[in-house]
Amino acid sequence: MNFDFAAIIQAIPYLFGTGMTFTLTLTTAAASMGLILGTLLAVMRLSPYRIVSIPAGIYVNTMRSIPLLLVIFWFYFLMPYIGAWITGSSRPMNVGAYKSAIITFTLFEAAYFCEIMRAGIQSVSRGQLSAGLAIGLTYWQSMQGIILPQAFRNMLPSLGTRVIILFQDTSLVYVLSLTDFLGAGAKIGQRDGRLVELYVFVALVYLVICFSASRIVKLLERRAFVAR
Amino acid sequence: MNYDWSWKIFLDLSSNGVDTYVYNLLTGVGWTLALSLSAGIASFAFGSIVAVMRTAPSVTLHFIGTVYVEIFRNIPLLVQMFLWYFVLPELLPKDWGDALKQMGQPWGQFIPAVLCLSFYGTARLAETLRAGIQSLPGGQGQAGTAMGLTPAQVYLYVIMPQAYRIVIPPLTSEFMGIVKYSSVALTIGLLELTGQARAMQEFSFHIFEAFSAATVGYLVINGCVVLIMHHVERHFALPGKIGWKARMKLSGSAS
Repeated sequence: MNFDFAAIIQAIPYLFGTGMTFTLTLTTAAASMGLILGTLLAVMRLSPYRIVSIPAGIYVNTMRSIPLLLVIFWFYFLMPYIGAWITGSSRPMNVGAYKSAIITFTLFEAAYFCEIMRAGIQSVSRGQLSAGLAIGLTYWQSMQGIILPQAFRNMLPSLGTRVIILFQDTSLVYVLSLTDFLGAGAKIGQRDGRLVELYVFVALVYLVICFSASRIVKLLERRAFVAR
Repeated sequence: MNYDWSWKIFLDLSSNGVDTYVYNLLTGVGWTLALSLSAGIASFAFGSIVAVMRTAPSVTLHFIGTVYVEIFRNIPLLVQMFLWYFVLPELLPKDWGDALKQMGQPWGQFIPAVLCLSFYGTARLAETLRAGIQSLPGGQGQAGTAMGLTPAQVYLYVIMPQAYRIVIPPLTSEFMGIVKYSSVALTIGLLELTGQARAMQEFSFHIFEAFSAATVGYLVINGCVVLIMHHVERHFALPGKIGWKARMKLSGSAS
């Protein structure tokens, strides 16, 4: 077979301008909001009050035992009903695939970030919390000012690895017909009859980005190790 | 807001006019199990080989193992699935490629899916196993060599039996991962559990019943994985290690 490089070069503006922009937006939005929600869930899971820790545990474990694709479908169809319920309207709300994808990935990643942050919080010695309380800070103040910054720094490499996985997983929005990087490649490939070239190119770009990112995470790991 | 919730829908005839929805969902469970089991076994076998290569003293073996793992871990699974399904038949010699393309449902989808999940799972399991091998004290291997074992024997009789026991907990989540990743096969048209739920939702409009059923299906399958791995862990626990106590307690012979 003949490999047509021109097909790829023509597609590059669309692939990166539309596709990669969407992939990066989704990754950044889900990672930042997921991290906040995940940290909150981690604090909940570690709470001594069972009424708080048990629901958080159920949420995290359920999310982690079902496939992301199923979660994407769940929220895509559930969101209009939740929207209608919140606004009190009688008809399902039109949410759209884009918003639905951002909400889905945020809620899904929160479960994984929760487990990382929980390990991070547990890696900080108990004396730190006691010291905070002893100097008159409240529980929340010591969490925010003392425990969480340390937990976050200790877990930076794990969080980085998780963001790389999230970056790869965003390709699954393909099933909602959204135009992410892979979706853009598939669209052009189908239009031009050049699926082979486009898919190989998309794979190579993902490989280069994720490989470089994982090297950076490894460097971070080494530096964090030295710092302690 | 009105949603017509009815569990009876599962007993209705599905779009093919022959089988009920519940029958279709169970076929989906069957394909999910078939996919996960074949990919799981292959990943475990080849993952062990790659993990040994990555820890071997030979530079060439180490390099090949590392390149393999980096390639398969750094490309999204969905892209890999498309490479196996759409690109591979084009790259093979023409008659082979045509033979692959002409294979009908469901084998034409099942074989690329198993290949994809196995290659991906191999890379992931190799990393888990490598961590297990490297967590062993170096003296274990040296002692084996000092006793006159060949490098292959050292791995077979000294290192791997211990490494496997150490990595059982992360191995459990990797196997659960394989069950979850198998859902990606729906993108190339294999009707496994998620695919069947999606098909049911499309034709019956009973969205939430269909996805609830799939969710319960995955929870049950992954629950079984956890139970089986607990059993494996207890069965292979060694005296003098932490896992042993749990085993004695369970069999009631602890004093």
